[in-house]
This record gives sequence, C-alpha cells and structure tokens, in this order.
Amino acid sequence: MRRAVLLALALICLAAPPVSAADSANPKADFKAFRNYFTKRFPKVPLKDFVNGPYSMNADLRKQWVAIDAFPPYQFALDKGKQMFTTPFKNGKTYGDCFPNKGIGVRQNYPYFDAKSGEVITLDVALNQCRQANGEEPLDYTKDDMAALTAYMAYTSRGKPFDIKIPNDPRALAAYQKGEEYFYTRRGQLNFSCASCHVQSPGDHIRTEVLAPAMGIVAALPIYRSEWGGMGTTSRRFITCNAQVRAVPLKAEDELYRDVEYYLSYMSNGLPISGPGARP
Amino acid sequence: MASTIRLRAVASGDTTEVQALVQHPMDSGFVKSAQGNLIPPHYIEVVEFEHAGKPVFTAYWGPAVSKDPYIKFSFKGAQKGDDLTVSWIDNKGATDSLVGKIQ
Amino acid sequence: MHRHSSIRLAVVISVMGLTTAALAASADDFKAAYAKAEAAENQAGALKNQWSTTEGALKAAKKAADAGNFGEAVKHAEEAEALANASVAQAKEQATAWKNAVVR
Repeated sequence: MRRAVLLALALICLAAPPVSAADSANPKADFKAFRNYFTKRFPKVPLKDFVNGPYSMNADLRKQWVAIDAFPPYQFALDKGKQMFTTPFKNGKTYGDCFPNKGIGVRQNYPYFDAKSGEVITLDVALNQCRQANGEEPLDYTKDDMAALTAYMAYTSRGKPFDIKIPNDPRALAAYQKGEEYFYTRRGQLNFSCASCHVQSPGDHIRTEVLAPAMGIVAALPIYRSEWGGMGTTSRRFITCNAQVRAVPLKAEDELYRDVEYYLSYMSNGLPISGPGARP
Repeated sequence: MASTIRLRAVASGDTTEVQALVQHPMDSGFVKSAQGNLIPPHYIEVVEFEHAGKPVFTAYWGPAVSKDPYIKFSFKGAQKGDDLTVSWIDNKGATDSLVGKIQ
Repeated sequence: MHRHSSIRLAVVISVMGLTTAALAASADDFKAAYAKAEAAENQAGALKNQWSTTEGALKAAKKAADAGNFGEAVKHAEEAEALANASVAQAKEQATAWKNAVVR
C-alpha cells in the first residue's frame, strides 16, 4: 500500500510543464526531427546501419553477429516461410494472389492505411486476411508460421527502403498521431515509454541487453531472438516489451499496436529492410 | 526430409575454418510445457566432424547445450575441394549426417 | 489461585482478541474490497493502461479468499486497488505529458 502511494506521488511530481502550442500533427516535420536527433547523436553510424539495431551501437556485439550471420538462426524459419508461401491453399489459390507483385518484394510498403476499413493494415494482418478470404484458418500473430511467412516476405524485400504513406485522409493522420502518442506514453508499473529506452538510451545497456535506436527498429522484423530461442513477430515484441515494464499487454495486432507500427515505420522511411533479423 | 545440418568450411592456407548450424530441439528435460508437464530430454549426445576418414572435431553434448546449436572451429591439414563429413547422434538414437566440400 | 486463573483467562481472551481481529475480515469485507479494486482496474482497462502487478494482486486476493483467509484477501485487494488507482493516475497524467517527450 505504502509503495503504491509513494509511486503515485512520484508520478505526480513528474507532472508536465505547459504543453507546446503545436498540437496538430505534422509527420514530415516529425520525420525530420527524428532523423536529425539520431544522426546527430550517433554521427559515426552510417544512416543505413541504424536498421541493425544494437549492432550499430556496439562493436563487440556486431562482431558476434557478423560471425553468426553465416548461419543465421532464422534460416530454418525462412526456409519454412518460403515453402508455406509457395504452397497453394486448399482452394488452389496462393498468398501471391492477395498481394501486389505476387507478394515478392512488397514488405517495405507495410503498414498502410486502408481507406475502406479506416484502419492501419500491417503485413501480418494482410496475410491473415488473405488466408481467411481463401477459406483458411488465421495464424497466431506472435510466432511460428506467421513469423516464418513474414520472414520470407521480408527477405524478398531486403535492401528495399521503407516507403510508408500517410494519405491525405484525417483518419490516417489520426492513426499516425495515436501511434506517436503510444510510443511516447509512459506505461506499466515501471513507468517506461517506448521512447524511454529507444530514444533516450539507444546504445546503453538495460540489464545485459544493448538498446536499439527507434529509428529503423522495425526494419529487421520478424526476428530470431536468442532470448526466445525462436522467432517472433512485431506483435510478439510489442507484447513482451509491455510485459517487461509490468504493463498488461494489448491483444496482438490491437488497433493501437498497428498505429504504433505505422508511426515507427513512417519514421524509418528511406531506411532499408534488413529482416528477417537475429537479435540476442 | 531436409538436412538438419548447415555447413560452411573455408580453407585459408593450411587452416580450415568450419562453421555449422544444427537444427535440434536440445530439450534438457528440465523444462515444463505450457500444460505443466516436463518435456522429456531430447538432445544431441555426440557430434563429429571427419576429414579423410579421421575425426578432426568431436563434441560430447548434453542438456546444457541450447536449441539449434552453432559450432565454429578450425583445423589443419585439409585443402580446398576436400570433403568434410558432419554427423550427430542424439539420446533417442536418431542421427543425421552431411558431407560438404571445403571451399 | 483465583487471581492467577483470571489473569490467565485475561491473557487468553486478549490473545484471542488479536487473532479474532485479524480473522474479523469477513467474506463480505473481502467482497467489498475486491469490488472496489475491480472497479478501479476496469477504469484502468478503459484507459488501456493496466499493470500486470495489479492483476497479480487481484489473483492473490481471490486465492486467499478461496482459502478462507479473508484478512489476507482484503490486504491484497486493497493493494490491487492502490495499484489500479496509480495506473489510472499515470494514464491521465501521461495523456498530456507524453508530448513533452517528443523529439523536436
């Protein structure tokens, strides 16, 4: 009881000074500010290298990563993903039939804002929509088959720069704004926001891990994490991050999660897809 | 069934550097499943690399080695174009092997 | 001898009094405390800002109540309520505070 009261007092003491007048979202200005922040803070890191997360921040980690990249731990998932992607559904159609360019080399265009539903559609959601449209059961969003499929699709887009669009639609702008708000909002009993680690402290350690910079952080997904002993998607990462700060996670691909992926992906525009990735 | 072994061996002068990745659950026998039951031990016991009929690297593994183990080592006396054989056997008696060329 | 036994009786009664006070938390007390905690946690849920430790305290409260330890159950429920309230305060404060963290 006393601990909780003390925490509540601490939160009140962190009360914000007056909010800035610029309340309407300006993604282009945000993008510029975001990029300048990271490139100024890490002048020695080549722009495209930010997509390599902790490896762009720590030379020793990078050495180990380069060595293991001869046999990337995501290899088995990648092989499985290719096999799944090229195997037709029971009705004879394939995943390629649901996507532009037969689904090859398109990962960098996701997420996108869907005018019809008024929501952000991520690659994972698009894949399940494709499955359901073809009479197949949807996949669990966090790992295994979904991670294998998205690993393959990311692989076909390796090197292609993110090209996330915010159309001239107030709903799309609202989704972007909600994503930005989620990213900077402190949550959980440990009172961290995504920014606390990935904007304030990239390159620093949290316990034994080296923190990745937020810019380019979604480029390597899905990832094989040694900590998980397996693959994980964007959903898995968002959920575990929430749990780690003692916040109750949202459901995988919750609208808010999709909005924050939209925001982060837009902030990574121009940076190359590096997925599937391997992380400690 | 696809091989569980990925192999890469590169000769540089007299030294050959070998990297391998083996796909195996390497269950220690101490971990519980989501239902609360112990997952029985299932791990590679011996993995061996052979060149010209002689073992050049032998590892005795057990429950302490993690899933999908990665190995890296060097040895002398081989040259580019030679064969290198990898084989393993696990505690259930299952085996796999692969022959690769040293590059 | 008469005084001795009455002192002993007084000690026994006062010890019983202490134990009874702890056990005095009834099933109804628990239900009330738990309802308050749950209401606060639902508020946090509406703000999409629940803490895992709140959920843990609620579970502990339920578990203690199921075992008949209503004193302990009330304690956990009160802790859950405090945690839930703190998470609601966090969400309300962060609704404006987040803007100050934005990279400009």
